[in-house]
Amino acid sequence: MDNNMKREIILDNYSHPTNKTSDGTEGYIKVNSNSESCIDNIDLYIKIEDNIIKDIKFDGEACAISTASTSIMIKNMIGSTIDEAMSMIENFDNMLNEREYDDTNLNEAIVFDETYKQGNRKTCVTLPYTGIKKVLESYKK
Amino acid sequence: MNRNDFPMLNQNIIYFDNGATTLKPKCVIDAMSDYYTNYSANAHRGDYDISYKVDVAYENARKNVAEFINADREEVVFTSGTTESLNMIVSGFFANLLEPGDEVLITRSEHASNVLPWFRLAKTNGIIIKYIELNDHYEVTMESLLSSFTNRTKVVSLAHATNVVGDVRPIKEIAKFVHANDAFLVVDGAQSVPHMKTDVKYLDCDFLAFSLHKMCGPTGVGVLYGKKELLESLIPTNLGGGMNESFDSIDEVVLKELPLRLEAGTQNIAGVIGASSAIDYLNSIGIDNIHAREVELKNYLVSKLERIDHVNIVNPYGESGIVAFTVDDVFAQDVAYYLNKYHICVRAGNHCAKILKNEIGVKNTVRISLYFYNTKEEIDKLVSLLSDKERIIREMI
Repeated sequence: MDNNMKREIILDNYSHPTNKTSDGTEGYIKVNSNSESCIDNIDLYIKIEDNIIKDIKFDGEACAISTASTSIMIKNMIGSTIDEAMSMIENFDNMLNEREYDDTNLNEAIVFDETYKQGNRKTCVTLPYTGIKKVLESYKK
Repeated sequence: MNRNDFPMLNQNIIYFDNGATTLKPKCVIDAMSDYYTNYSANAHRGDYDISYKVDVAYENARKNVAEFINADREEVVFTSGTTESLNMIVSGFFANLLEPGDEVLITRSEHASNVLPWFRLAKTNGIIIKYIELNDHYEVTMESLLSSFTNRTKVVSLAHATNVVGDVRPIKEIAKFVHANDAFLVVDGAQSVPHMKTDVKYLDCDFLAFSLHKMCGPTGVGVLYGKKELLESLIPTNLGGGMNESFDSIDEVVLKELPLRLEAGTQNIAGVIGASSAIDYLNSIGIDNIHAREVELKNYLVSKLERIDHVNIVNPYGESGIVAFTVDDVFAQDVAYYLNKYHICVRAGNHCAKILKNEIGVKNTVRISLYFYNTKEEIDKLVSLLSDKERIIREMI
């Protein structure tokens, strides 16, 4: 994918983020994710039923990259089982850290395949993954 | 001005984050390197020549700093920075003095270092923290001070210049009022001492804290100034070598005179020597020249930014080199990332003043903080990059 295409996908997800609202989140599990090194600060709301992620919403203040990454993650994860979501998180983490990864189920998240080159943007991209991982891990226990 | 003195400026960067820390001139780097290379021994243990040389350099640095702020030598305590200085003032002096119900006045534009130590004292000692209301320009006026001041007010603790809004407080006038009403005045000088003439006798503040790294010196060196009679009752937070005269048992501990009593353990000798060189350097330019240059650059920057519709300046006023702004529809951090692509260093965020957002109505801003080595050409480049909003959005990722 060329850089213009990537930029377009990121900007589109930033301008029209998926489920960016805290409305109608009664009964959802809420988790805050913020970055120590920058000012991104989002709340994720997750609805899990029968081990399946039924819905995710988010709200807060974050940069374009962080917002887009959250929006893309939400699209990818809704409808997946907890184990599938956990393996998505691991796969994404592998991509960001220059380890082997599977590019078949990344969908739009592939736009971040070169983020490993920019140390200061890695935390932006991983922000939502850090938050949801906490929830999924504690749910499994 | 003096750009050739700064090795960092050879890197083709535009450095606008001087409120966070300043660049270091070669003379400061050389002074520290000289210590490590040629007389790297401990201070206050003058049994041999190079150690004596360290003693002399260390105490000369103290004298140098004292003269810079017109203090007496024994009123200057070296610390690790403004943060440590303020914490020592609060926990070493006021924690022993203030009683439950006593009031401390601060503002919502103070840096975390002048808020959190007081918050803790409120928890442990039951003191009450009150905020002086800021006017429409986010400034402290004598009227607002007077209306917040009660007969329970024991301390007023303020930055001389704040780190987001950059307003300069009328410290001398405040000191006069505070003292007439039997209270103390603590001044956070982190954003003022590097930029304007600071004379503690003229200002008549009781305590002053500042950091050398924000004034061309090395990181890890700060100053705690206190009036001698007050420092005498400041209880050392650290105890150990270098600060005691003798000890035989729990009841027989004799501490040293000021200021050594407040400098336990091996100090940041290289840093202090570098700090002294920084003071020499600033003196060679002249603090009044530095201030005038900054005000000139700030006015230039503000006049240019004001012409851009999508840029909103939080603080067009004020006699300091700090300008905070937002760009319509663009998150502050994204503006910083965009500028970084052009090697322009700015800070985005709340700048450690987390309760200020309620006053200015925006959580996060982009902050330009200038120093004398910045230029109008650098400002022109910044302004030209900010003038096209579509370009910012296109290139911020």
